[in-house]
Amino acid sequence: MQPKSPPNPGRRKFLISATSAVGAVGVAGAVVPFISAFNPSAAAEAAGAPAVADIGKLAPGEMIIVEWRGTPIYVVKHSDESIQEIDKNLERLADPNSETEVQPDYAKNKYRSRKPGISVLSAVCTHLGCAPKYYPQLGVVDFDSEWQGGFFCPCHGSKFDLAGRVYAGVPAPDNLAVPPHYFKSDDILVIGEDGDVA
Amino acid sequence: MVTKLMNWFDDRLPLTATIERHLTKYPAPINMNIWYLAGVLLVVVLVIQLASGIWLLMNYEPTAEGAFASIQYIMRDVKYGYIIRYMHTTGASAFFALIFLHMFRGMMYGSYQKPRELLWVLGWITYFLLCALGFTGYVLPWGQMSFWAAQVIMSLFGSIPYIGEDLLTWIRGDYLISGITLNRLFAFHVVLLPLALIAVVFVHILALHEVGSNNPDGVDVKKFKDADGVPLDTKPFFPYDVMHDLYAIGVFLIFFVAIMFFYPDGGGYVIEYVNYEAADNLKTPEHIVPSWYYTPYYAMLRAVTFPLFGLTAKFLGFVVMAAGIAIFVALPWLDRSPVKSIKYKGIYSKFFLALFVVSFLVLGYLGAVPSTPARTIAAQIFTVCYFAYFLLMPIYSKYETCKPVPDRVQLG
Repeated sequence: MQPKSPPNPGRRKFLISATSAVGAVGVAGAVVPFISAFNPSAAAEAAGAPAVADIGKLAPGEMIIVEWRGTPIYVVKHSDESIQEIDKNLERLADPNSETEVQPDYAKNKYRSRKPGISVLSAVCTHLGCAPKYYPQLGVVDFDSEWQGGFFCPCHGSKFDLAGRVYAGVPAPDNLAVPPHYFKSDDILVIGEDGDVA
Repeated sequence: MVTKLMNWFDDRLPLTATIERHLTKYPAPINMNIWYLAGVLLVVVLVIQLASGIWLLMNYEPTAEGAFASIQYIMRDVKYGYIIRYMHTTGASAFFALIFLHMFRGMMYGSYQKPRELLWVLGWITYFLLCALGFTGYVLPWGQMSFWAAQVIMSLFGSIPYIGEDLLTWIRGDYLISGITLNRLFAFHVVLLPLALIAVVFVHILALHEVGSNNPDGVDVKKFKDADGVPLDTKPFFPYDVMHDLYAIGVFLIFFVAIMFFYPDGGGYVIEYVNYEAADNLKTPEHIVPSWYYTPYYAMLRAVTFPLFGLTAKFLGFVVMAAGIAIFVALPWLDRSPVKSIKYKGIYSKFFLALFVVSFLVLGYLGAVPSTPARTIAAQIFTVCYFAYFLLMPIYSKYETCKPVPDRVQLG
């Protein structure tokens, strides 16, 4: 049996659309928890929170290691001599001008740092993820006869200068990454946030 | 007694009608050949995967801390656990080998053409689901290759302009691949994707039985019927096809168990050796290579080495790779040929189909070996050839001379 046509088709149509609209809002609301639950949980957020380091006591030439999101971050305070030598061996570097995007824009400069003299570098070799070692001394070292100071990866021999720029002709393809960071005050370094991007 | 029982059921469920429609009275073309076995074998593998998967689940632990150890536990301590796991890994490879043959059959005989467009689209969805199942399942053992495959594939989403980084965090549920990521992939692999696969396969078979099987001649077998309305060039699916399918299943299982028992890691292609090491987020494997069934697409991903239109090479590679999988769905609307089967199509269709097969195989090889500049150029050329088969089809299938198609199927 065919249903009888409604006595007031306009009203029927309105009721159907109104019901559908309210239903759609309900569905949209129900979707929210399902989408949100995919985001990092509070525990994951806490584990991935920015790391804070006090660099006030860091002497020139010294380095500290800060852990952020499960990876080591090197924070180096350069001595004045090493800062002055930053342009000295450009011809040995693969990407001296930091063309590859492994640093935030504010670190895309000669020193690859937000604050000249302080390098904040991800200590994960861009080759296979080993941690390069810090060799601040100049001159003859085991692996180089004209070492300008920097990082040497013991796994496969990749070399980086003090600004984390990779040498040409080593296995690592890119400069060491610079994680997002900012200086809350002169001495307090926050790793993991850009702060106010100047 | 049996009749009475059947009547009891028939009053409550369309039992006899269903058996007749799908088995005893389903008209299968008499000229179906060996290529038509892949479909039934896929159903067999689906059953193998479900059974072995459920049994693996009984001993697997979906946590970053416990996953790798639980796989070792299955391999060493669970009675016959290693057989069940090898059954599942061999089944995964068999699934892909068979679906490639099944799809190629459809491309050869024009099985996607009207009225089988929807059937083809449903089959394409099962292929997509299979790719997702393969990827999610591969991560679960939480070995080195599991971890880094997840890292590489998921980071592709991070290359999407503007939303990439946030989307990536949303997909991972963390700022790096972690136990949280493992748990959600686990939920997909054991619940969501298998449910979807079973549902789509069911509808695929329903659609097949609605439009009827195609055949190597690509002729409509329903055109000529006998006095009872049964198409002349067909035979009932049961018992005729079922019987020879059983024989084929037997032969297939001989090869299947031979791999399962004697070559379970398939020379490093079915189970990669790197995956015998537990996941380590600080140590990237020397050479990341996907399972053999993804290598053609991996080669496409790596073939895009240049940015274009302001988009990064990585993102474009992702787009090309996704397009390589997605483009099959457009096939029914790309083919303008009046003829279904390659037997009667013109020389261009034959050439491009052959070019497609060669491209697929070469890309499969290139995706499995480390890239060199020469190999990258080869991958670029064959990626273009792969897409040429699809994108030029509206032209070459329209302007070629086809052979006359017979009215009835040709035997011998």
